[in-house]
Amino acid sequence: MFQIRVHGRGGQGVVTATEMLSVAAFEEGRHAQAFPSFGSERTGAPVVAFCRIDDKELRVREPIMQPDALIIQDPTLLHQINVFAGLQQDGYVLLNTHQTFEALGLGDILQNHRAERFCTLPATELGLKHVGRPIPNVPLIAGFAALSGMFKLESVIKAINEKFSGKVAAGNIAAAQEAYELVKKEMEERIHA
Amino acid sequence: MLKQTEGSKAVAEAVALCRPEVICAYPISPQTHIVEALGEMVKAGELQNCEFINVESEFAAMSVAIGSSAAGARSYTATASQGLLFMVEAVYNASGLGLPIVMTVANRAIGAPINIWNDHSDSISQRDSGWMQLFAETNQEAVDLHIQAFKLAEELSMPVMVCMDGFILTHAFERVDIPTQEQVDAFLPPYEPRQVLDPADPISIGAMVGPEAFMEVKYLAHAKQLQALELIPQYAAEFKEKFGRDSGGLVRSYRIEDAETIVVAMGSVLGTIKDVVDDLRAQGHKIGVLGIISFRPFPMEQAREALQHCKRFVVVEKHLAVGLGGVLTTTLRMAVAGLKLTGYTAIAGLGGRPIPKASLQDLFLKAEAESLEAITFVDLDWDVVNKQLEREKQNRHSGPIAENILHAKGMTTSAKFG
Repeated sequence: MFQIRVHGRGGQGVVTATEMLSVAAFEEGRHAQAFPSFGSERTGAPVVAFCRIDDKELRVREPIMQPDALIIQDPTLLHQINVFAGLQQDGYVLLNTHQTFEALGLGDILQNHRAERFCTLPATELGLKHVGRPIPNVPLIAGFAALSGMFKLESVIKAINEKFSGKVAAGNIAAAQEAYELVKKEMEERIHA
Repeated sequence: MLKQTEGSKAVAEAVALCRPEVICAYPISPQTHIVEALGEMVKAGELQNCEFINVESEFAAMSVAIGSSAAGARSYTATASQGLLFMVEAVYNASGLGLPIVMTVANRAIGAPINIWNDHSDSISQRDSGWMQLFAETNQEAVDLHIQAFKLAEELSMPVMVCMDGFILTHAFERVDIPTQEQVDAFLPPYEPRQVLDPADPISIGAMVGPEAFMEVKYLAHAKQLQALELIPQYAAEFKEKFGRDSGGLVRSYRIEDAETIVVAMGSVLGTIKDVVDDLRAQGHKIGVLGIISFRPFPMEQAREALQHCKRFVVVEKHLAVGLGGVLTTTLRMAVAGLKLTGYTAIAGLGGRPIPKASLQDLFLKAEAESLEAITFVDLDWDVVNKQLEREKQNRHSGPIAENILHAKGMTTSAKFG
């Protein structure tokens, strides 16, 4: 079982992000379960949503307390709550920022985990550029596909097409493609560094 | 067709496949997505010959469903929590009049304190209303139970609630197989009412009944539920034959052969319980699970049969009968009367409190060691509770309880992971 926790704020498409992650996994024949934490649904309030992926039927309904991966949609949450709570030692982290983990004062966390599984992505900018709205969720999902290898970019695109249509779908697909390439490039550069 | 979709959306599609003729809609979380999706289907012309009626309250929703059902239309509505309570008078009328309405209850706690999250307090409060109550374990089962519910309701001319855990199921995206229209049509025949209001052939429905006949009418409601005990397994078998899936039925057991400890529960928590039971079985513990699908009618015989060879049972209840303990445990004690069994009640998950595997495992191991109290409140913060009790003892003007508890916890829901 692979467990992903997504942190963000109301209005950033956190719940949609986990739903699309589950659709991408489903497209690849896996079982997936996405569910929100059902907290406050106010715009700007911290929101958590979850996605589980497995090769067999998922029965468990508890929240994800020890995630294998974190997607953090809003870096300002780092000052508000411990988004890293329970993260597995070999866990993946994708953070929406144009800065580095070190610049954000997160060097300690990198040292206690596998740094090559931590990545940043300017997802809000990508959303603005391709969709015209500062919604980082789709670029982050695509970036996560590149970071973790959990699913192919094509599966993310299928999930986008299921959720959106017309211009919005096209913009999101462009954002997803660029995000995927950016993360891939960053990872390749690290290997050669 | 196999889909990755939201529970509410899947249920809406299943209801649409049942060809409802009247849908009464009033929004309340966590049920709203279901009627919203149905409304969209009606508007888009995907669901034809269906009147989608936005009513002004839940009381009106049930009242309109009563009227349309009495006029011979297949009628559906959905609600939760305070919405169900607001329609209670009409809920009893629907069953008292013998009208086969199907209603989804997206199970949610009842206030005060106001709480939108899941537990079973709402539908369990209607346990004696004369409605049948079927509890879904997964979204697939929620889909399948709706199809079976219309058939059951209409055969008996009695209403059915399909209960699914609010948010945990309604808002979860998971794999669901949505049947075809042909499959559903082959299983669910058109509605043939036993009684119908027809201006061409006028009758009255809803007579005043005095002491000379009231008990007989009430007994007949009970008799219908006894008939349902026969029909529910029959329909589940027919469903399996036509759709290829085990869904519905009265009870469902899991690994109870040779089990010394059996955990009993309803709804989605059964999934988490099964995972814990698998872990414990792997360690050699003789433990199994009994899921109650039909809460009304209550399958006394089947529950007794499942429990008769165990030594003890633990009932995980998402409901608190204040001043008593657990409704399900009390009922099960009736079912196993005369058998020398120890029964434990575990009140869990009230108001959406997560029910983690670790807490369940701890509970089951203590039950196995017979070191549990008769009633356990799973993950209750005794420190905060005792502080409040002490405050009340010390101070006559101890203030509002909910506010005191929130203050003592020093937290809001959003800080849960911080």
